[in-house]
Amino acid sequence: MSDSAAAPDDNQEEEIARRAPPTKPTTATPSGIEVPPVVTPDMVGDADQGVPGEYPFTRGIFPDGFRGRLWTIRQYSGFGTAEESNERYRFLLDQGQTGLSVALDLPTQCGYDPVDPIAKSEVGKVGVSLSNLAEAEILFDGIDLGGISTSFTINGTASIVYAMYCAVADKRGVPREKLTGTIQNDILKEYVARGTWIFPVRPSLRLIADTILFSYEQTPRFNAISIAGAHVRDAGCTAVEEMGYTLANGLAYIDELIARGGDVEKFARRLSFFFYVHMDFFEEVCKFRAGRRLWAKLLTERYGVQDPKALMFRFGVVCGGSSLIGAQPYNNVVRVGIENMAAVMGGAQSIFTAAFDEAYQIPTEHSAEIAVRTQQIVAHESGIARTVDPLGGSHYVEWLTDRMEEEITKVIEEIEEYGGVTKAVEDGWLQLKIAQRAAERKRKVDDGETVVVGQNYFRREDQNEGVAELFKLDPQASARVIEKFERIRDGRDNGAVEASLAALEKAAATDSENMMPYLINCCHAYATVGEMVATLKKQWGEFQEPVRL
Amino acid sequence: MSLKGKRILIAKPGLDGHDVGAKIIALALRDAGADVIYTGLRRSPDYIAKVAVDEDVDAVGLSILSGSHKELVEETVRCLTDLDAGDIHIFVGGTIPSEDHDELRGAGARGIFTAEMTVDDVVSAIDADLGA
Repeated sequence: MSDSAAAPDDNQEEEIARRAPPTKPTTATPSGIEVPPVVTPDMVGDADQGVPGEYPFTRGIFPDGFRGRLWTIRQYSGFGTAEESNERYRFLLDQGQTGLSVALDLPTQCGYDPVDPIAKSEVGKVGVSLSNLAEAEILFDGIDLGGISTSFTINGTASIVYAMYCAVADKRGVPREKLTGTIQNDILKEYVARGTWIFPVRPSLRLIADTILFSYEQTPRFNAISIAGAHVRDAGCTAVEEMGYTLANGLAYIDELIARGGDVEKFARRLSFFFYVHMDFFEEVCKFRAGRRLWAKLLTERYGVQDPKALMFRFGVVCGGSSLIGAQPYNNVVRVGIENMAAVMGGAQSIFTAAFDEAYQIPTEHSAEIAVRTQQIVAHESGIARTVDPLGGSHYVEWLTDRMEEEITKVIEEIEEYGGVTKAVEDGWLQLKIAQRAAERKRKVDDGETVVVGQNYFRREDQNEGVAELFKLDPQASARVIEKFERIRDGRDNGAVEASLAALEKAAATDSENMMPYLINCCHAYATVGEMVATLKKQWGEFQEPVRL
Repeated sequence: MSLKGKRILIAKPGLDGHDVGAKIIALALRDAGADVIYTGLRRSPDYIAKVAVDEDVDAVGLSILSGSHKELVEETVRCLTDLDAGDIHIFVGGTIPSEDHDELRGAGARGIFTAEMTVDDVVSAIDADLGA
């Protein structure tokens, strides 16, 4: 992919060719933790890490690990129209996938209808367009909502998509309490890294608290939030910062939930987390062991939580992301395999393995299949799922877990000293820190300090920079989405739509109402995502991005 | 290499929220001496063209990772031309498949930069182009 500007590329190639290939490993982890050549028992703080399933859960949240139940194999997928995505989901389910993961297009994520001028070039591009209930009915056609768990990567409009999922279940006669799945619904990291924010910070926190409180009552098996470190990680953070910022965000949500009358013993059971797994194997494993232990300690020490179920740190992961590259792309299969093993050794509850071509395109059916097969090989051939926390008790692993916990604690303290997450986000302080970290990470790769095989070392002339088989989006998909949207909008009962939107606006003007029942009513009336968001903006306004360089 | 005296607008057109690359390049161009303005997320081509003219910039760098690069580059060029500012140089960065490069160049992009390139190479390409 680097035939762009001829002259500069020659410079890059020449420089890489001049570099002597590395012959020794680095001595520090990517988070900057200097590692001794050997770790001896006297260097490990607490030799007894307890047993899995018991506080502080260093070794895992379940006593029998994966023997009771394997992790959920969950591949992120969705593109174009609801019809096309539905077909891909059925294909993945037929291949043995055990959970759905829905990718939504940017207009849906940012709260615009497909006919909005700012949306028109992005309809169906990075995910499926889901503008109203009729589309959701098509998307889940033939899929048993009571028997499958569905994860939505959705944030700014998470409450609306969740309302739509409840509404589809209502229409099909599936009881809401049978619904399982997750909405990401983590707005704090959107302001910092992923960018699909809509409303200002404070009303957004309220909306999130409403979904969690509603879900606890109505869909008790559904995770109404997945607090995500993945995106700040991909935006440039280290593993330590990824865990630190994510736990800090988790604490901010707890404070908001308590302020809205929630009982932390109850709702903490429904909090789940989401991370990236990059390539440094032991640092990744220890990140999860340290995070799991620290979260249980924080909830006990700060909020007095007693119920072991409420202390359990449950998380899903993505193997891939920015650790995958376009140069020699088949190498990415190996990278994802190693990351998959780290995720299992770290005790993840659900795993998404990225396809090797994901660095530059929506995966083809072929690459998507290899990604699923990777997990099946790790699960059923490698034997690593046989016993819980197989690395537990290793001097190095316990030492690094302790060191990671110390460093993660420092990150949380730094944010709290600044004045908390909300202030750090509103001021743009956190955004600037992450941008600087991204620049540093890129510089290390450019200078050859960080080795990326095939990119800054071990290249060869005419190497493969992309794969022969390209995924092609149907160029007519967006036109079909728009045509369908207009047909639905013209055919619905507009009086009912207006009444549901008026009730929604009235609820938004109060501080006490839970917004969820109003959103579900709007969905049942076939109000669109754009209409619901525009209604809420009238009361809440929009987030003003602090642009700092 | 010096971009001293050059004014460059780094912009995020469309709805894509991935701004790491845009910020890395903005910081690097500033380190190289340029006056850099960053629009922030979710800007329309029309808005970007107006800012470019108001701020009297020499170049606009568009960062696009959503796959909508063809539409957004064409639209931005059209908006600049409408404002008689067709002389402002356009660069594009992001997830841009190589088979689209010729079409983007045809539409007016003077450089196309992807994640595999070093930051130094991106800055020198812009420097060479604006110096010429």
